[in-house]
Amino acid sequence: MTAAPPPSPVPARARLARPVSGDPAAARPVLSSADVARVIDRMAHELLEKTRGGDEVVLLGIPTRGTTLARRLAARVHAFAGLTVPSGSLDITLYRDDLRLKSPRALESTDVPAGGVDGALVVLVDDVLFSGRSVRAALDALADLGRPRAVQLAVLVDRGHRELPIRADYVGKNIPTSLQETVHVLLAEDDGRDAVLLGPADAVREDRARP
Amino acid sequence: MKRHLLSAADLSYDDAILVLDTAEELAQVSERTIKKLPTLRGRTVVNLFFEDSTRTRTSFELAAKRLSADVITFSAKGSSVSKGETLKDTALTLEAMGSDAVVVRHSWSGAPANLARWIRGSVVNAGDGTHEHPTQALLDAYTMRRRLGRLEGLRVTIVGDILHSRVARSNVLLLSTLGADVTLVAPPTLLPVGVGSWPAQVSYDLDAVLPKSDVVMMLRVQRERMGPTGEQAAAYFPSAREYSRRYGLDVRRVATLADEAIVMHPGPMVRGMEIAPEVADGVRSTIVEQVANGVSVRMAVLYLLLGGSDSAIGSPS
Repeated sequence: MTAAPPPSPVPARARLARPVSGDPAAARPVLSSADVARVIDRMAHELLEKTRGGDEVVLLGIPTRGTTLARRLAARVHAFAGLTVPSGSLDITLYRDDLRLKSPRALESTDVPAGGVDGALVVLVDDVLFSGRSVRAALDALADLGRPRAVQLAVLVDRGHRELPIRADYVGKNIPTSLQETVHVLLAEDDGRDAVLLGPADAVREDRARP
Repeated sequence: MKRHLLSAADLSYDDAILVLDTAEELAQVSERTIKKLPTLRGRTVVNLFFEDSTRTRTSFELAAKRLSADVITFSAKGSSVSKGETLKDTALTLEAMGSDAVVVRHSWSGAPANLARWIRGSVVNAGDGTHEHPTQALLDAYTMRRRLGRLEGLRVTIVGDILHSRVARSNVLLLSTLGADVTLVAPPTLLPVGVGSWPAQVSYDLDAVLPKSDVVMMLRVQRERMGPTGEQAAAYFPSAREYSRRYGLDVRRVATLADEAIVMHPGPMVRGMEIAPEVADGVRSTIVEQVANGVSVRMAVLYLLLGGSDSAIGSPS
């Protein structure tokens, strides 16, 4: 037995965190920082419209960037309508359909607003809608938390290539992509700046394995 | 690659923190109406208990069920067949039934390590003789971190029958990995040979150590391991009363603790022997919390061993 080793510089969470595939430096910008702000503003307006004033809405983001987007949407809704919409996060790791294909991942945080989801109009928020598998996992996770009155989906980018019968109610930007491309959503809170980038073919297989 | 959790020493600093962080998230499941996750659907966990247990067996069973695994519980107590053969035969039977993990408690130190060589699935040590009990150490560390907010530099005092305690051994290993300072307090007769090489201080004077402790963990005197009927207990300590007077945690001793200090006990406890009833039920006591936390920590261990294509923690086969 030896003395305690020095704490590893890499936190355990980071060790298992899903890697950002591709190299953002090699990617071409699709939305600038100003575009991202405009798109989120528009989504907030649409949300108020389609939910008849945002009553009983609960925003639940899928970590990591979906959670950030949910917070931003809530802030914009508050700015436009003076309405405080609860926002939180919903970790889908334990509900994913590809769990058995990889090493177990570290869990992200699930943080449901105090009022819960029973009877609420839950809007799931994610950064990129791709195969639809994340959303399926989120629907399963949500069902274990309670029974919302209805569930809607908001995504910043819809890149196509659905593998399940799922569509979004609010789309920031439709970006037609080939399967070889990768989409990076960068948000200031997580990445230091706002942008949406379309990347080249490298590490596509990894991205594809993400539901 | 499938891995095992046989010893607290199998866990690196990162592994241990990963288990604690995962348990922190999984604890939320126990607060929901639907206390169930689909994560281990279709996996089979076998609880193989050759020794008495209430807490650990039910805790593992509940943890596996909350993750939707199929659970089979064997209580093989009182088997008179020679150890090696029985265990191996049982292991091969379980293997044939397609178990993905075996949670094993055995009175023989090292039984889980043997099991790990015989079967393809993961083995989790749920207590082997006087050797180790790694998930107990994990739930203790989890409880300390929740109550006190940190583990690094925490002064942890473990008091009692260190000689027969797998809980003490696993705690010393895990806590030293996590950067806590451990002091063991016991009569010389209840300290193991070679304790000087453990990453812990040793003291015989409880009153001197208490004011300098953030955590006091009391251990039961394991009479059942002192000869077949416990009749050799007198060789270890003169009488229960004298033991209690020198090493028991009573109200007077608790008063000398720092304001934030907590009192822990892995159970089962003998009220009036190592711990006074008022202390066990007092505000500093985490004894009931430890049991609740045990489920979350064991869910984390099962998820990290079985949840993916290979294991995220533990020692290789």
